[in-house]
Amino acid sequence: MTLKTTLLASAIALAPVAALAADLTIGFSQIGSESGWRAAETTVTKQEAEKRGIDLKFADAQQKQENQIKAIRSFIAQGVDAILVAPVVATGWDEVLEEAADAEIPVVLLDRTVDADESLYLTAVTSDLVHEGKVAGEWLANEMAGEDCRIVELQGTTGSSPAIDRKAGFEQGIAGHDNLEIVRSQTGDFTRAQGKVVMESFLKAEGGENICALYAHNDDMAVGAIQAIKEAGLKPGEDIKIVAIDAVPDAHKAIAAGEMNATIELTPNMAGPALDALEAYLANGTEPAKWIQTESKLFTSADDNMAIFNMKKDLGY
Amino acid sequence: MSTPSAGPRPSVFKRILPQLVILAVALALNVVVFPDFFHIDFRNGRLFGNLIDVLNRGAPVALLCIGMTLVIATKGIDLSVGAVMAIAGAVAASMVVEGHGWGTALLAAMAAGGLCGLWNGFLVAVLRIQPIVATLVLMVAGRGIAQLVTEGKILTFDNAGLIHLGAGTVAGVPTPILIWIALGALVTFVVRRTALGMLIEAIGINERSSRLAGINSRVLLVCVYLVSGLCAALAGVIVAADIKGADANNAGLWLELDAILAVVIGGNSLLGGRFSIVASLIGALIIQSVNSVILLSGLPPEFNLVIKALLILGILVIQSPRIGNYVYMLRASDIQPQPDRPKPIDHQEKEAAR
Amino acid sequence: MKDVPTPDRPVLHARGISKFFPGTIALDDVSVRLMPGEVHALLGENGAGKSTLIKCLTGAYRRDAGVMELDGQEVDPASTAESQRLGIGTVYQEVNLLPNLTVAENLFLGRQPTRGRFIARRRMNAMAREVLESYGLDIDPAEPLSGYSVAIQQVIAIARAVDMSGKVLILDEPTASLDHDEVQLLFRVIRQLKARGLAVVFITHFLDQVFDISDRATVLRNGQVVGECLLNEVTQHDVVTMMLGRQLEARVQNRDTGRAGKTLVEISDLGKRGMIDPFSLTIHEGEVVGLAGLLGSGRTETANLIFGVVPADQGKITLRGKAIDITNPRDAVAHRFALCPEDRKVDGIVGDLSVRDNIILALQARQGWMRPIPRAKVEEIAQSYVRALDIRLASLDMPIRLLSGGNQQKALLARWLATNPDFLILDEPTRGIDVGAHAEIIALIEQLRADGMALLVASSELEELVAYSTRVIVLRDRQQVRELTGDDISPATIIDVIATEEAAR
Ligand SMILES: Nc1ncnc2c1ncn2[C@@H]1O[C@H](COP(=O)(O)OP(=O)(O)OP(=O)(O)O)[C@@H](O)[C@H]1O
Ligand SMILES: [Mg+2]
Repeated sequence: MTLKTTLLASAIALAPVAALAADLTIGFSQIGSESGWRAAETTVTKQEAEKRGIDLKFADAQQKQENQIKAIRSFIAQGVDAILVAPVVATGWDEVLEEAADAEIPVVLLDRTVDADESLYLTAVTSDLVHEGKVAGEWLANEMAGEDCRIVELQGTTGSSPAIDRKAGFEQGIAGHDNLEIVRSQTGDFTRAQGKVVMESFLKAEGGENICALYAHNDDMAVGAIQAIKEAGLKPGEDIKIVAIDAVPDAHKAIAAGEMNATIELTPNMAGPALDALEAYLANGTEPAKWIQTESKLFTSADDNMAIFNMKKDLGY
Repeated sequence: MSTPSAGPRPSVFKRILPQLVILAVALALNVVVFPDFFHIDFRNGRLFGNLIDVLNRGAPVALLCIGMTLVIATKGIDLSVGAVMAIAGAVAASMVVEGHGWGTALLAAMAAGGLCGLWNGFLVAVLRIQPIVATLVLMVAGRGIAQLVTEGKILTFDNAGLIHLGAGTVAGVPTPILIWIALGALVTFVVRRTALGMLIEAIGINERSSRLAGINSRVLLVCVYLVSGLCAALAGVIVAADIKGADANNAGLWLELDAILAVVIGGNSLLGGRFSIVASLIGALIIQSVNSVILLSGLPPEFNLVIKALLILGILVIQSPRIGNYVYMLRASDIQPQPDRPKPIDHQEKEAAR
Repeated sequence: MKDVPTPDRPVLHARGISKFFPGTIALDDVSVRLMPGEVHALLGENGAGKSTLIKCLTGAYRRDAGVMELDGQEVDPASTAESQRLGIGTVYQEVNLLPNLTVAENLFLGRQPTRGRFIARRRMNAMAREVLESYGLDIDPAEPLSGYSVAIQQVIAIARAVDMSGKVLILDEPTASLDHDEVQLLFRVIRQLKARGLAVVFITHFLDQVFDISDRATVLRNGQVVGECLLNEVTQHDVVTMMLGRQLEARVQNRDTGRAGKTLVEISDLGKRGMIDPFSLTIHEGEVVGLAGLLGSGRTETANLIFGVVPADQGKITLRGKAIDITNPRDAVAHRFALCPEDRKVDGIVGDLSVRDNIILALQARQGWMRPIPRAKVEEIAQSYVRALDIRLASLDMPIRLLSGGNQQKALLARWLATNPDFLILDEPTRGIDVGAHAEIIALIEQLRADGMALLVASSELEELVAYSTRVIVLRDRQQVRELTGDDISPATIIDVIATEEAAR
């Protein structure tokens, strides 16, 4: 008998109980709170659970895999109905996932995937990093509408997968538009401070007037770069178009102020789709797809950014 | 006779000459990758140019290395400065967010840094814990403390006074430049115009002898860590002000290593003893010039660390005593013993002098 | 006198050795010949170039000119390790061992006995014990070296060098911190080596010892050889004249000590468990109290306790009738005490600081960092002591560690004299100081006493102690055993007291 059928069988057995969502208990092992986005994810996950009347057991792993494994084991011991994990690293999960499978508890991965057999988890809810970059590229291509544009790029931390994928995606997005050219690309380490420093050097090396657009792998770097552009006496958003990824509150504020043009959301709401899938699965055994891609929503000045800012600012970003 | 000439005091210029040469080379490299490097103009009410950036962006490490130089002179090391920066930035940001003025915020941040310094000094001077271990405690814990203050997010603010410290200008010159130059000058002045410098060097060279000579090594040790904490706090405030936000995760990250490197490039021995703050400051500028070469070169970021490592290695190799001796020998081989060297002591005269 | 074997070929022949330092010609065309089976004394004033010559011969310094032949073959050791391999064992003036390692490890460093790939620690310790016993040392070789006194460290360094020297043994002031008995032991070892045909180079400022053990002497002055002589053909007086380039006027010993002044320091029952038994001592202005005793008898400990280097755990000190608290040297300095320590390398010099800074260090520490001594004043103080003590240096700016050993000692004396103390404690003040300066330091002590200073002087040189002390306290086994005054003060009585106490034990 395959594992899947076991799970299925157990799910069916559980179905009458699970139908009463109020009785669901779900464990959530979060990586930690290393970034504002992560904090927002935690907040949103709690909100989503509450909205559905789910009892969410939260465990902060403080960036350590062994803490996550411990948390998952304790969830298993408590007999939760399902487990959400935002895995801190990709490897080393097989054993604990098998334990969960043996206990017939479905596991959903949030935000990142792992190098384990697909059968060991129900589904993974993540954003598509390449797609995000592509949306940014396509937006810029569209915005420039054939006009020549020299682009500078602020990369994420060298060698990290978001940096690699968002770069690749953006290049796909502008592929075929000969009017668009990335003239400088340097890492800003995903930080505001480095974003500002590197942008300063771009402005000098290329001359501010020769730069038409900035693509930053995250909003923090873009926010830093905006300050550099202002200090150079140029108008961010006008003299230099700015597109970045994440859609953190400060990016909405910048767009509202006309200092930034677009941001692509990396939604902190990974839990919503995950819980939807879980509820459906627990209720009637609906197998979700192995990968649920979250929406990479584009925000521009056309949106009511101040309203979004106000909504997001308390999420913990 | 055997009265030695007062002689010219070993001149400051001679001491910092190697650093100046290296700085010149590093700046020249910048010109190679970017010919307009030295171009400065006045834009948007501020001096604008790569050289200004080097001076401005070098500010955090320059500030750190002022305190670090003193700590290292006592044979110590302060690994916590990066974390202290994060704490100070967080404290300053949270103060202005709560509605306090920038002056209060600055004072609070300095107080926090001073407290961190006192803590390190206490561990090192009173409990006699090895400096590298003692300051490691705060290096690890400090960032956590900063995160507690900012509650894990980038604590943004828009207090103009505070922002001015990091992003503002005075007469067109970015404020951080003025701050590090002023602090460097002040500390140099204080340690060299008082006996502090000599006493610090003495305990770094031979603490036992110094203690026996009546030097209060405990108080001096606490003092240097205090100064280091204060310098770090100021650096932290500047870094936060620069981006109008306290980023507890990233502010000052790894900067302790750059500060130590600056001190070493400044020709100061990690084994303690004679020090030159000016040379360390030039060391900080050298590091920033290297960073600038990397940024201006336009090479993909994958090369950043390799280039930096190679350039720094080159600098350290050039400075190594072995190479130094070699150069000295090369030069010495064609300089014969100078005729003007003091004549062997003459006994007639000596007799007379008695 | 001994018969000097003079075979045709020297073991070691160095010719035309020169060494220049910035501002100094340390060696100028120096030649020495070491014959097999001879003890060759190297003599000269402080700073004459003796240690430098040794360092050039052993590769510790690169020489600037000259050639060196070992057994007729030209050699050029580039490092001390290489000269050791060539069979030249050396004890440098500044003991060069590793304080954190054990005695045995220091003794066998680099040639530890092994079992398989591991160090045979037990065997090594046993071997070490055996070696040390042959030098009359009964100590635990498994203890770290730092726990032992300079004298013991000196013996260990010698033992190590002797073990390693196949052809030549060089000893740079090996006896400076040794007692009479230990010196005799060392001489016995030297004679054995001599009998085996080794050449031994012996540097010292004790001319008695020179004449006792050496066959031949080379005399240096200002980096030049002023002569070579067979010691059975000359007198001490001749040698001194050669060294100094002038006659050393004989000093009339002045026993008329005048009347001691008011009581300055009164020490009662000061002691520290495990270090020194409680002792009491009263010192008056214008008085020199000598501390005599064998090595390890507690001389240095007494000095350190009074000065607060190690805080006492009982007893009290009064100064001019008022009780004072001395818990560290800073307190002592504040009360105008001064202590010129025994171990100049570890406790005295601040090696990388300039001679100038070293001289004013204690004075500056007493004034506090806020009140720097004005530059001109510093210059004046430093210059005046350099002149008064005849410190030989190229410049006041040179780091003190570059001074010759004897000159470092003088600079340390200067440091404490500069504080103009009321109570000056001197621990082995003439260690490593040449004959000329020796006489002058004795004169200086007399002068200070006459000016009303109170002095406490610990010394292992009885002749010297007797010359300046108004009272002598004899220590044994960390206890005061006798106080000698007036006519009782003579080397003979002191030795007597020590001997009878020893016998009474
Ligand atoms: N590394 C150095 N740099 C500069 N000068 C030096 C150095 N080493 C020694 N000298 C100088 O060379 C001279 C000879 O010194 P050396 O140590 O050989 O004297 P010495 O004969 O051993 O004296 P002492 O009896 O005091 O030990 C001194 O004037 C000393 O200051
Ligand atoms: Mg010497």
